[in-house]
Formats: sequence, structure tokens, C-alpha cells
Amino acid sequence: MRALKSFALLRESTPGMVGAGLVLFWVIVAILAPLIAPFDPLATLQPMAKPGTVYAQGGTFWLGTDHLGRDILSRIMYGSQTVLFYAPLATLCAYTLGIMMGLAAGYHLGWWDIVLSRISDIILSFPVLVLYIIIIATIGSSGINIIIAITFASAPGIMRIVRGLVLDLRNRDYVAAAQTRGESSMFIMLVEILPNARGPLIVDACLRLGYVIITIGVLGFLGLGLPPPDPDWGGMINETRKMAMIFPHMTVFPVLAISSLILGFNLLADGLREVSLRD
Amino acid sequence: MADSTNSYDGPVLEIEDLCLSYFTRAGEIPAVVDFSATLAPGESIGLVGESGCGKSTVAMAIMRYMGGNGDIVGGTVKFKGRDMATLSDEELRHIRGSEIAMIYQEPMAALNPSLTIGSQLMEVPMTHDGATKGEAHKLAVQMLDDVHLPDPERVMDAYPHQISGGQQQRVVIAMALLSSPSLLLLDEPTTALDVTVEAGIVELIAELSKKFNTSLLYISHNLGLMLEVCDRICVMYSGEVVEEGHIDSIFSWPKHPYTHGLFGCIPLPHADKNARPLKAIRGQLPLPHERPAGCYFGPRCDFFEAGTCDQESVRMSEVITDDDPAHRVRCKLWNSIDHDKAIPMGDAKPPAEIGETILEVDAMQKYYEVRDTSMAAMISGAGVRHVKANEEITFRAGRGETVAIVGESGCGKSTFAKVLMGLEQATDGEVRMGGVNIGDLPVQQRSPNQLGSLQMVFQNPNDTLNPSLTIGAQIGRVIKKFGVETDPAKIQERVLHLLDVVKLPRDFAIRKPRQLSGGQKQRIGIARAFAGNPAMVIADEPISALDVSVAAAVTELLTDIQRKNQTTLLFISHDLSAVRYLADRVVVMYLGKLMERGTTDQVFSPPYHPYTEALLSAVPIADPEVEKRRIVLEGNLPSVLNPPKGCPFSTRCQRRIGDICDNVPPPVQFNTDRHGIACHIPMEDLRKVEPVIKVTDKHSGPADISPVV
Repeated sequence: MRALKSFALLRESTPGMVGAGLVLFWVIVAILAPLIAPFDPLATLQPMAKPGTVYAQGGTFWLGTDHLGRDILSRIMYGSQTVLFYAPLATLCAYTLGIMMGLAAGYHLGWWDIVLSRISDIILSFPVLVLYIIIIATIGSSGINIIIAITFASAPGIMRIVRGLVLDLRNRDYVAAAQTRGESSMFIMLVEILPNARGPLIVDACLRLGYVIITIGVLGFLGLGLPPPDPDWGGMINETRKMAMIFPHMTVFPVLAISSLILGFNLLADGLREVSLRD
Repeated sequence: MADSTNSYDGPVLEIEDLCLSYFTRAGEIPAVVDFSATLAPGESIGLVGESGCGKSTVAMAIMRYMGGNGDIVGGTVKFKGRDMATLSDEELRHIRGSEIAMIYQEPMAALNPSLTIGSQLMEVPMTHDGATKGEAHKLAVQMLDDVHLPDPERVMDAYPHQISGGQQQRVVIAMALLSSPSLLLLDEPTTALDVTVEAGIVELIAELSKKFNTSLLYISHNLGLMLEVCDRICVMYSGEVVEEGHIDSIFSWPKHPYTHGLFGCIPLPHADKNARPLKAIRGQLPLPHERPAGCYFGPRCDFFEAGTCDQESVRMSEVITDDDPAHRVRCKLWNSIDHDKAIPMGDAKPPAEIGETILEVDAMQKYYEVRDTSMAAMISGAGVRHVKANEEITFRAGRGETVAIVGESGCGKSTFAKVLMGLEQATDGEVRMGGVNIGDLPVQQRSPNQLGSLQMVFQNPNDTLNPSLTIGAQIGRVIKKFGVETDPAKIQERVLHLLDVVKLPRDFAIRKPRQLSGGQKQRIGIARAFAGNPAMVIADEPISALDVSVAAAVTELLTDIQRKNQTTLLFISHDLSAVRYLADRVVVMYLGKLMERGTTDQVFSPPYHPYTEALLSAVPIADPEVEKRRIVLEGNLPSVLNPPKGCPFSTRCQRRIGDICDNVPPPVQFNTDRHGIACHIPMEDLRKVEPVIKVTDKHSGPADISPVV
């Protein structure tokens, strides 16, 4: 009900609508990829074709092909599936852990707070990239390990935000009212506190989704992402970057794909923030 | 019209037919309609009304500072004969701050926390009059002396957070007066302050306006305060002035039904919860875009006549029955209403029977440890200090009884409530409820029975309900939790029944808190507290955040439910008028210590504790027939970390008798059986003290005020 109202309000924010449009575009592309992709993303057809080249056995390489002769448009379409599957899943995992840690630290304070805050300080003190490299190098690169790495690296930041919100909310009278009727800590944290922190958390989740997409791209670029030959935007950029000066189309289109999706999430976050600040 | 402001001797401010609107997404919202007023030099005029009636908007319009979406849509504001609308931005900037100054409610927000008070004060003469640094410094020190701040040189070098709230407000006043303005706008200048501090500020403002011949426009919701500070007042309702005139004629012969209604809502000394209960104005303030046709007060008015009151908009008409030429009222029927019977009064109710003792508090103590980890503290061995939030609290409360705990902020009354509720644990002493000591029993260890028998109504209506859950779910949860009902259908039935009890529509059960007004939320808070059939309810300032008419309704509701259920009510408040009206017994606290306790009758009449006496004197009473002895306390509340060694009140006491007060904690002397006063002054001397409040009633002659219990 309220979510519907939020989206109705979002229509009044131009950046928000542009963001939502971009995100929606990629979601549709990912869902329909098997139907609309002109070629098999893994098939080697005609190496290093320029955009617009007509394929001898029918069809056109609208965005050209890469050094192995795979159709870039099809690879971008299938690549969006990877991104839009792993990025939200990783963000969700990071949020679940971060919220649990933040609630426990902010509500119980005392030892919970000291231990959890110090752990998160230690994790946050590493440069993120180094952290990813260490984790992936240790546990190997696979879809599930990307999620583990992102959860591990992002949860402390989320915990900080949640803890701050909880510190404010725990002093509200309705929390005292719940305590004085003997509710359990779990009930108070999940029913009385968490739902009232959702506004800032939703905005942050949209922004963080953008970061996670960058991260997945970066991991792909560094060769720590999904193992080849699955289409992965970051991996596509990495594989073709040496030829970027001669065949710019191989690099430019995946870059545009990543940028537009991140831009979409960031604009959507801006729009949601703008809407939530009103009335 | 004189051009030079120096030789101008006409009225300082002339406002004619001023109409103000805000422009929002929903369209134009008229905030103030048809406002006229004239203010002579040295005169003070009050704007009184409930929140949302447009009083602050008028003040902002005088400054021509309406924000991004507000605008003047009609009428003129003339300041010293010059139409403010014709002035350029440059001229306006000169007038603001130098000829018209404004004082806001929250002093801390009006001062820049990162600059010293001296530099903020010196800026005023340097900007407006081109004074040199030396002159400005001299002027600022002189002005701080004028507002009676001790040690002005020290205050000049202090930062805002280093002085108390009352001192901050004095600094704000000094800053406003530095450029010797002709007009001072005061927007609820004392609402954020404690009553004893408020009394000092009110006296200061009156003294200074006389000294500098400044005209005052005083905005407040507090009618009692208006009586003390203003020559004339305008009563506002929903953007209109409904009645204006001299202070005496408005208070003695009000003509508008809304003004009558307001007086019926205030717990004046003659009001009594049994014999003469308050009567709230029914209905609610209409939203600005939903105002009715004709008289805006029509739907809530007892004298409403269809065909007369709901036609065209009502103009102001002169009241010719009294000898006040300025008395005007916006009512078509004012001449036909019988004003002697117009002050609404609720129906008399039988007094509650007070049963067996429910709560016994015996020498309860609550200390907080404050650890100082600095090197200096470790060397001197003073690493751990104690904040004595509650010391030696002792009293009893019976079934059906209302006990009030009174005191100013920081006196430990809320800490006491927390200990009772189990959110904090007592350091020493006992709190027995039904014979069981619960003082050191945290809320997690209390049995459902103990939890259910003790519930709380909170202060802030916007904070008391979980914004994410529906009203029905929140009340239902309490019913289920305390096992009153278990069957979902029965729970739902009881939720609806409770909504009936607190006089709210049943469909509120599916609403979220943000769709409710403050008073409605507070009613839900009461419904929730009584949902588990508690033996005792603690109400922590339940009405202090509400408007007068809403507060009256909530007060009545609380007493009705309490009476019906035979519930013990512990009423925590700083508002003595409400306490006198509601309470059977009163406990007066200061700095964590109990100063006086007894029945309301005993506490509100001599012998008093000197602190009770000062408190009583500080409370403004909206009744010109009440004569009050003025006692203005010097100084500030001492820090709880470093309280005086002897009597905590000795630093400010107007009856201090000597060093014994500073050094020896005072004994509790008993006047009668359960009327105790903690003071060194012998009881015989305290008995000789004259009553603070006297009523010179036209009909019955002078008499002490004390509620009939």
C-alpha cells in the first residue's frame, strides 16, 4: 500500500523516473535475453567484426563481435542476467547480515556493541579491493563465492548505518511501551525498530546495489569473477581491453552497459530520497 | 505621514485587513484571513490561539519573511507609517534586527554554538550602527547587565552551551534589544523554559519594554501568561481573529463562544475534577482548506444557528455593552448569548473512592555512576562520581487515588517513573506494589501479571505509537500479551470497545498513526495503557505537548477511565494548574529530593515548603480575580553532579535562614499525619506564611483557593 504510494510519488521526481526506466530496461532485457538475443553468446562466429557487419549465415552483428568471434550484443544481453542475478542476491545477503549485526549492537549496546563494532572496524580498515582479492584468492572464484565476498565486505558498512538508526529509535516511547509489556528483544528489534528504519535503508540499498554492480564488474575485470566462458560484463572488458585502441566497440559497449545500469540505480536512489524527504 | 523615523510619533505598527496564504502542491492555503491591529509605542499586544491558528505567520509577515511558499495576498502592514510592501530588500534588511527584533521559542537554536556570546552580541551594534569594536563591547556588557546576567564579562567569553537555558534566553533578549528596536516580536519566548525561570524572563521583558519604550507583540498559547504581560490581546482561531480587546474586558467579559470555550478548558483555581470538571471544546480545528462556510467556529459552537452562522463570512463587530472601545468580536450572535452561563462546565461527578494501599515507596534511591577516566580524576581518586537522580523518595498511593509528582526539568521525576516500570533499577530502598518489592526487578524478570498491572502513558504523542503498525494491531498486541483475551475475534471486539471508551471512531483500528492528530494519538496511548486492566497507570506529562482544548479533553478522558476502573494514577507533571485540578495527593521534588508531600489541599495552602511557594507563584493563572504574591527565584538549577551539600534548594531559596541550609540536609517535619516538609525553618514559622494565591471574588469576597477533595 505504502510502497505503491511511494512509486506514485516517484513519478514527480524526474531523476527517479529516469533511474527507474533504466533499471526496468535492463530487467526486461535480462528476462527476455533468450528470446531477443540474435545469436548464441558462446558461439564463435566471425572474429573481430565491426558493428553492423552482416553475418554470412544470416543476421547482423549490430554491435560487432569480439576477438573470438562472439556476438557482443548477445553477450551483453546474457551478461545482464548474471549481473541482475548476483548483484541483488549479494546485496540482500549483505543487508541481512548487516541488519542483524546493527540491530544487536545498537539495541543491546554493551558487549554486543563493543565486539561487533570492533569486528566491523577491522574489516572496514582494509582497502576493499585488497579484501576482495584476498577472499576470492582464498576460496576460489565462483558465483557463490562472489556473494560471500561481497557480503563479508559490505555488511560492516551496513551495520554502521543500522546501528546509528537503532540508537535513535531505541529511545522512542513505543519501544519503552513494548519493553514494559514484556516483549522479547527479538520482537522489539524486528517489529518495533526495524520497520521504522526502512526509509533510509531502502535508499541506501539502491545506492549499494550500484556499488555491488561495480564490484562484480571489477571482479570480472580482474579475472576474479565468474569463470569463462559465461558472459560477464567485467570479464568482457578485461578480455578485450588490449584491442581497445583498434577495435573500440569491443570495450565501449560493455562499459556503456555497466554505466547505464549503475546510473539507473543511483538515480533511483536519488529519486526515492527526494520523495521520502517530502511531507 | 512623517518621513523621518525619528520625528514619527504615530502608532509603531498598523496592520490592516492582512491576508496571508501559503502555496503548496494542493493549491493556495489561506493561513491568515483579514487580520487588523494597531500597536502604539510602548504598548504590548498578545496573539493567543491554538497551534495552526496562524499566530506565528502574522509575526513572520510583519518581518516580511514568509519563506519560499508564503505570500501576502491582501492588506497592508505599516511600520512607523511606512508601507512594508514598498520597501526595497536593502531597506528591509536594515529594519530587521535594528528596528524590529524577534525572539524565538528555542534559545539554543537562536544562538550560534561556535561563536562566543560576546562576539554574537557585538555584531549587532557593529552591523547596524557602525560602532567600533570597543564601543560594541561596552554596549554588549551594559546590555548583559540590563538583562540581569551575573558576571557579564564572563558571559561575554562563554559559548552558548556553557550557560543554562534561562541564561541563553536572556542573552537572546539582550541581543534583540541591543539595537534598541521600536518593536519586539516574541514567539513563545518562555515555552521551552521551566516555570520558575519563565517567571524571571516574563518580569525581565516587562521591565525592559518599559525602560526602552519598546512595543511588544507577544505570541503564546498560554492565556495566563498573556494576562501578566499584555495590555491588549487578540484571540485567534483558524486564521482569524475572533475576539480582541483590552486584557481586562477579554478576561472578565469574553463575548465569543470560542473564548468562552478556551476558559472552560483551562484548569483555573476554581475548577475541580469532581464538582466543576473541565469541558473540552467538541470537534477539531478545521484544516485550512476545509473551513466551513460562514463562521469557522460554527460546527463546534454550542450557540450555532443554522441559516445565520453558516452563510456569508462574519465580520468583526464592536462590543458596546462594556466601556472598552477596542473590544471587538467576530460573532453574529454575541448580543443574544447569555454570557454568564456561557462558560462551559462539565457535569459534576462523584469523587472516586480511595481504597487500600497499592503502591508503597520507601526511601527509594537511584544513583547513576559517572566514570571520569581523565588523568586528573584518577590521580585525585575521584574516578567515580554519582548522579543522585532520586534520593529518599517515600510516599504511598491507594486504589483509585491520583498522586502527582511535581517538579521542574531535571528533578528526577522521569527517572522515578523508569524505576517503577522496571526500565531502571533502584540503588537502594523499596518500591512495593501489592506487597512485593519491584524496585530492583528489571522488566525482563517481572511476571506478566506484574507487567500488566502497571502501565504507562507517555508524553510525546508523536513518539508513543509505532508508526509502522495499525492502531488496532498495537492495542490488540497488548490485550493478547496480557492474556485478557486470546481468541482473535474477541481481541478485535475489545479493541473496538476500547476505541469507544476513548471516544474515537471504530474505523481508526485500521489506520496508521500518521493519519491521526496529536490528541487522537494520545487517546490511543491511553487506550493502550488501559487495555490490560492495570491496577496503576503512570502518566508522564501526558498533556504537556497538547493544545489547551485538546489537553482538556484528554485530561477528562483520563480521569473518567480512571474513575470507572478504580485505577491508581501516578501523574508526573511540571504544570501545577493541572496538578491542582487532577491530583488527590502531591509529591514535590527538587534535584532528586522530596521537598514536600501531602494532599493537594495541604500542599497548595500554607504551610508551604519555600520551593512549593515559589512554584505556585511562578505559574501564570488566567483569571484576573486571582491575586498572586510574586516570588522570582534567583539563580539556576544546580548541577546534579555537584548538588549543594545541605538542602538542594538552598542556593535559590528566598527564605534561606543561614549556613545550616547550605551544610545540613534538612529533616522532614510533619505538619499533620501525612503532610511532610523537608526544611530547616521551624514549622510554626512556615505556618505563618501568607497564601500565595488569593481570589478576590466579586461574589464571595477573598478566600483561599483549595480544591474540594
